[in-house]
Amino acid sequence: MIDTLAFVVFPYVAVALVLIVTPYRYFSDRFSYSSFSSELLQRKGLFWGSVAWHYGVILILLAHLAALLAPGAWAALISEPTRLYVLEVTGLALALATVAGMVVLIGRRLFLPRVASVTTRWDWVVLFVLLAQVALGFWVALFYRWGSDWYLHTAVPWIVSLATLNPQTQFVASLPILVQIHMLGGFVLLALFPFTRLVHMITFPVTYLWRPYQVVIWNRRRRVVP
Amino acid sequence: MDIRSHVSMVFHLDKCIGCHTCTVACKNIWTDRKGTEYMYWNNVETKPGTGYPTRWEDQEQYRGGWVLDEKGGKLKLRLQGKWGTLANIFYNPYLPSIDDYFEPWTYDYQNLFTAPEGDDQPTARAVSQITGRYMDTIEAGPNWDDDLGGSPVYADNDPNLDGATEEERRQIAEIDRTVFFYLPRICNHCLNPGCVAACPAGAIYKRAEDGIVLISQDKCRAWRMCISGCPYKKTYFNWSTGKSEKCILCYPRLESGQPPACFHSCVGRIRYIGLVLYDADMIQEAAMAPSDQLVDAQRAAIQDPFDPMVIAAARRNGIPDSKIQAAQNSPVYKFVKRWGLALPLHPDFRTLPMLFYVPPLGPVTSKMENGAYETVDAGAEGLAPMLAALDKSRVSLRYMASLFSAGNEDIVREVYYKLMAVRIYMRGKTVQDVTQAEVDEALALAGLSGSEAEAIFRLTSLPTYEERFVVPPMERETAIQAQFPDIDPLTRKASTGFGFREDPARRW
Ligand code: SF4
Ligand code: SF4
Repeated sequence: MIDTLAFVVFPYVAVALVLIVTPYRYFSDRFSYSSFSSELLQRKGLFWGSVAWHYGVILILLAHLAALLAPGAWAALISEPTRLYVLEVTGLALALATVAGMVVLIGRRLFLPRVASVTTRWDWVVLFVLLAQVALGFWVALFYRWGSDWYLHTAVPWIVSLATLNPQTQFVASLPILVQIHMLGGFVLLALFPFTRLVHMITFPVTYLWRPYQVVIWNRRRRVVP
Repeated sequence: MDIRSHVSMVFHLDKCIGCHTCTVACKNIWTDRKGTEYMYWNNVETKPGTGYPTRWEDQEQYRGGWVLDEKGGKLKLRLQGKWGTLANIFYNPYLPSIDDYFEPWTYDYQNLFTAPEGDDQPTARAVSQITGRYMDTIEAGPNWDDDLGGSPVYADNDPNLDGATEEERRQIAEIDRTVFFYLPRICNHCLNPGCVAACPAGAIYKRAEDGIVLISQDKCRAWRMCISGCPYKKTYFNWSTGKSEKCILCYPRLESGQPPACFHSCVGRIRYIGLVLYDADMIQEAAMAPSDQLVDAQRAAIQDPFDPMVIAAARRNGIPDSKIQAAQNSPVYKFVKRWGLALPLHPDFRTLPMLFYVPPLGPVTSKMENGAYETVDAGAEGLAPMLAALDKSRVSLRYMASLFSAGNEDIVREVYYKLMAVRIYMRGKTVQDVTQAEVDEALALAGLSGSEAEAIFRLTSLPTYEERFVVPPMERETAIQAQFPDIDPLTRKASTGFGFREDPARRW
């Protein structure tokens, strides 16, 4: 029962929230659709916090995603021990960077009054869930070897079963509790995503790369001029 | 030829008295909200001085504007390339911090009423408007260096004096410490804006019909690159809403036929606004000209509104006759192009600013000797003492050239010849202590005719409100018709306007 709630109902609720609330917020309150930079008020610590955090977490997320989307290629990649070790050590180092980065970011908001004054309650929720999630991930990677392998036989089939609307909890039901919490933590973040500053992820401005430098808007005719 | 229209501006610095009325007008209308306390869309600086934010002209530090890449023959943002923007998006290494402006504060006035009885007067301590904490020392404020704040530090740290000689520096500080003039600044609504180009979200745009540069508050995602991209530091980050904001050239006022607030309120009447026609095909060339030709290249891009070819091209581009007429009456066209008196501020930043300045005449080189004030050429005959004001100005031509012509002293000198010739001409007419030969000599030197000198004098000293502010008709109705051809414009009456339909507050 509790397994069904945690590993079936909750993930579906989280995804439903993302699918419904994310566009709703975009169309009803686009003004709020961004992160909320505090760099103007306080540059101190931001470089070590923000850069370490973002680069670390992006790479780690991409690795999770790659293994999920291409389990075959991933299995082939880690089939050779050296590659497995390199991957795991890199992962650990990145995880450490994210933990350290998040600690710095939280420290800024705790101890620097200017940043504290622009921090909302939701910011605290997001920060602590993120810290817990990356710290847990680091812990799991360190003490439950080799994550990049067993991930393919636990989380991946579970998520695939959810995605194919044929939910199977047996892949994850008997895992150690810390691993389970880490997996559910991902869905907690998904559920938080549409309500918090996390939405800034999908506003990452890649279009800048092919947009002309200058933006000119016509009233009398529609045209964009380079 | 791609003719477009641009609302453009001239500030006549000889008339600025440094009273900050413009600043107050702007502040009261647009930036009296939380998060905007430190924003001065209009500010008045004392020059030579460090300005606001401190040393904004130092692009080694702030990385604003464009640079010409000699190898590739390309124009690049000094800040970084497009990939660099995405790579640095989590932390902009060149962003000014609030300390480069000042931490806004108010006072704990309540204490004046509620303090317990005691032997001392109660005081109202300063309270930070950001953190709400007491501030014991206030180290900077909105016009902290006004009139140089009684200190040589500000003038000494002016980035335009980096190449100055010892003598030039000494002259600035010679009589009673120092000489200075005022430089009021608003957004230049540039033709090649650095802020627009630096914004990865594409939230900043230039309105094609009038050239006003605006930031869409709904599209701004707080990547804060525009603040660095603008070399004039005229985009500001609202720390309370997490959005960038800037001078909007009071477009709601322009659209209802009024001049912008800072123009309207200007006590010295130094400000002129009017339409110019320019050739958009020449923007790139003008922005890439060699340093010493930047001013001329920008002047060349501005077109003669009386030229039949230009008028025909303007009509082809859908510019209504009412606007062409406004361009013909524009005081800006006269100052910038016909008389060549007004120059862009720091053309070396290559953003092609559309606000132009008539440079001020400084006091001439002088000495304090035996407690008396002596100009250097006091004894000389004829035009010499008056013209001495140029090469012997206590604020050197080189300094002015650094501000207004990317270092080309000839351009600044030409402007000063004209300004001096107008004075000599009028002196000949009214005081009559200059001979006609000297007047003619001065006019010839300046390349002006008597009637031109007269016209410059009139538009400088005696212009009416209508002559200073030729606000072009905005033709919103034709715009609506073009966007919604099926709709009768009258049905849209009162349905468009300005302002937020919702408060600019974060609700999520
Ligand atoms: S002066 Fe105005 S238009 Fe020019 S770059 Fe700065 S903010 Fe943009
Ligand atoms: S034009 Fe309007 S918005 Fe811009 S500085 Fe002047 S008063 Fe402020």
